[in-house]
Amino acid sequence: MAVIGIDIGSRSIERVVWDPATGRWSWDKVPTTFDPVAQCRKLLADADGCPVVATGYGRRLVAEHFPGLSVRTITEIQAYARGVHHLVPEARTVLDIGGQDTKVIALSREGAVVRFEMNDRCAAGTGKFLEFMASSLQVPLEVFGDFALEADKQVTLNSMCTVFAESEATSLMARGERPQNIAMALHQAVVRRTLAMLRRVGGERPVVFAGGVAHNRCIVRLIGDSLGGGLILAEDPDVVGALGAALAGALP
Amino acid sequence: MTASYEAMWERLGLDLDAHTSLLEVLGKFYGDIYMSQQGRLRGMEYLDFVVSEIHGLRIRELEEARAQGRKVIGTFCVFVPEEIVWAAGGIQVGLCAGAEAGTEAAEKILPRNTCALIKSFVGFKLARLCPFTESCDMIVGETTCDGKKKAYEIFSDHAPVYVMEIPQMKGAADRALWKAEVLRFKEAVEDLTGRSITAENLSEAVRLINRRRRVLQRLNRLRAAQPVPISGRDVLLINQVSFYDDPDRFTQKIGELCDELEAKVRRGEGVADGAARVLLSGCPMAIPNWKLPYIIESSGAVMVGEESCIGTRNTRDLVDESGRTLEEMLDAIVERYMKIDCACFTPNTERLEHIVDLARELEVKGVIHYGLSFCQPYAMESFKVEKALRNAGIPMLAVETDYSMEDVEQLKTRVEAFVEMIR
Ligand code: SF4
Ligand code: SF4
Repeated sequence: MAVIGIDIGSRSIERVVWDPATGRWSWDKVPTTFDPVAQCRKLLADADGCPVVATGYGRRLVAEHFPGLSVRTITEIQAYARGVHHLVPEARTVLDIGGQDTKVIALSREGAVVRFEMNDRCAAGTGKFLEFMASSLQVPLEVFGDFALEADKQVTLNSMCTVFAESEATSLMARGERPQNIAMALHQAVVRRTLAMLRRVGGERPVVFAGGVAHNRCIVRLIGDSLGGGLILAEDPDVVGALGAALAGALP
Repeated sequence: MTASYEAMWERLGLDLDAHTSLLEVLGKFYGDIYMSQQGRLRGMEYLDFVVSEIHGLRIRELEEARAQGRKVIGTFCVFVPEEIVWAAGGIQVGLCAGAEAGTEAAEKILPRNTCALIKSFVGFKLARLCPFTESCDMIVGETTCDGKKKAYEIFSDHAPVYVMEIPQMKGAADRALWKAEVLRFKEAVEDLTGRSITAENLSEAVRLINRRRRVLQRLNRLRAAQPVPISGRDVLLINQVSFYDDPDRFTQKIGELCDELEAKVRRGEGVADGAARVLLSGCPMAIPNWKLPYIIESSGAVMVGEESCIGTRNTRDLVDESGRTLEEMLDAIVERYMKIDCACFTPNTERLEHIVDLARELEVKGVIHYGLSFCQPYAMESFKVEKALRNAGIPMLAVETDYSMEDVEQLKTRVEAFVEMIR
């Protein structure tokens, strides 16, 4: 029987349907919106009978609102670890930059979580930070990374705090700095922070990059360059959590 | 209880409206976190009663004692030698400082990046919320961390503060300093109470406080059984209450609770089937700071020990009772208190050893290290603790938080992920 993994994040909800018999899986993604339960209802409409494993920040919602289904929850840490281990069995570190938080997870050779780090409550260094900065530079988020890659000069930002970074960026703009250069500086700030977290858990390679921010080419390039090799991009990076949840559901 | 105590609270100068809302929040919190547990011990009714009367009956007792000329001495640290206070006929209460109420008032006179515990005790005073604080004839501060040290200077404009110097190392010179401080404290207490400390009354006080420590030791031994017979939350609460309840009554009541617990252990009854055993370590957890314990115990883990000042750091060592002269007894007190392994000491290898030993003894799957945001001593030590535990093959999760509820979801994710990892 198929197993469903669902990852309820702050920006989007992903669902993976996994068939343990064939090892094949398919995925869907919807925005979280202000009514995540309604969104889950759509994704779980044809779930009857299948085991469901929910993960992500809204994982308890599913368990609470769908009493008819057999729902288990696991944390994003566990879900990403499993998802990544499945996709890249030799992975030793998972880097996941999502909408609200950044996680770094050290894996054993067998794929078990050995250590993990999560950012604290502020948004510094997360997708939220990039989103906020993109909108203050009036660049669509989807192309913010490419925009930053057009930089032609090194500018440094001192602050990683969303509020201070914005005012630094604004004053750079007022001084006539090219927005591409400012965008690059903002990306570099995120990467500095990410690398610090990677170092704290040991950062053994290969490092697999997952989560929504893995779509950002600038972040990928900067992290890849700093690691000097050993960075692998997960395929469909934002679906890894849902995949990991589904895989957990296939276990006894 | 409100109506019958209002006059008393008014006499103590509390802000009645603010106090009423504090009690409401506390009551709701207590209901959610404690009363909702299944299969609790009958003996916990006593604790429920004490907490429901937290600002009532006990305050009335303090008032009555004060009317007879006894003095109440408040403290924030387990370093203050309680035996001296009781020997002089005083009453010592640990002031709790575990709630966010009053933070706004505190931030007017303290920097925002101060640890929640300091903000809380200053805030309780400024916002006139705590009848214990208002009942104190003397509040003893100590120089354990820079934040506290400087906060007491500011606090002393609002309350009768006496500060003890706590050494920061454990050599001969530090021991001599500590002894001088204990003697100076003895004089201050004698001045305040008008009663001299003698070999007789000190010996009695030593036995009184040791009895309380012994009953808590017994509780700690019993709670560590497999299966776990009592929730960690309940034990934490007992430890918290030990700071302000009457020591004799407390010892007796907890003794009864332990009898009940012992029978439960014999029957092999547990409260947390399949939960992962963890040790909580780090900063003190003053009442009603129950956020993290609650999260831990609703994430598939059960706390089987607290390496904390509200826990084993306070109950592990007894004062040697064999001293005959006043001098010998005072030395025994000096000795016992020097064993406290607060993070303010340097070096502080005993603490690392204690944590590893405790984790092994209690057969835990992991340790959760709790630090209050902006607490440097414990934040710094968390790195060393993690390393020591890693070398011993025991996983650790470091959590830093304060008394606000903003980060509950994040904490849950972290703690749950840790539990998934260790189970
Ligand atoms: S942690 Fe240190 S300063 Fe705080 S109560 Fe304990 S001994 Fe005192
Ligand atoms: S928690 Fe840390 S910073 Fe706060 S009073 Fe205690 S030692 Fe000082």
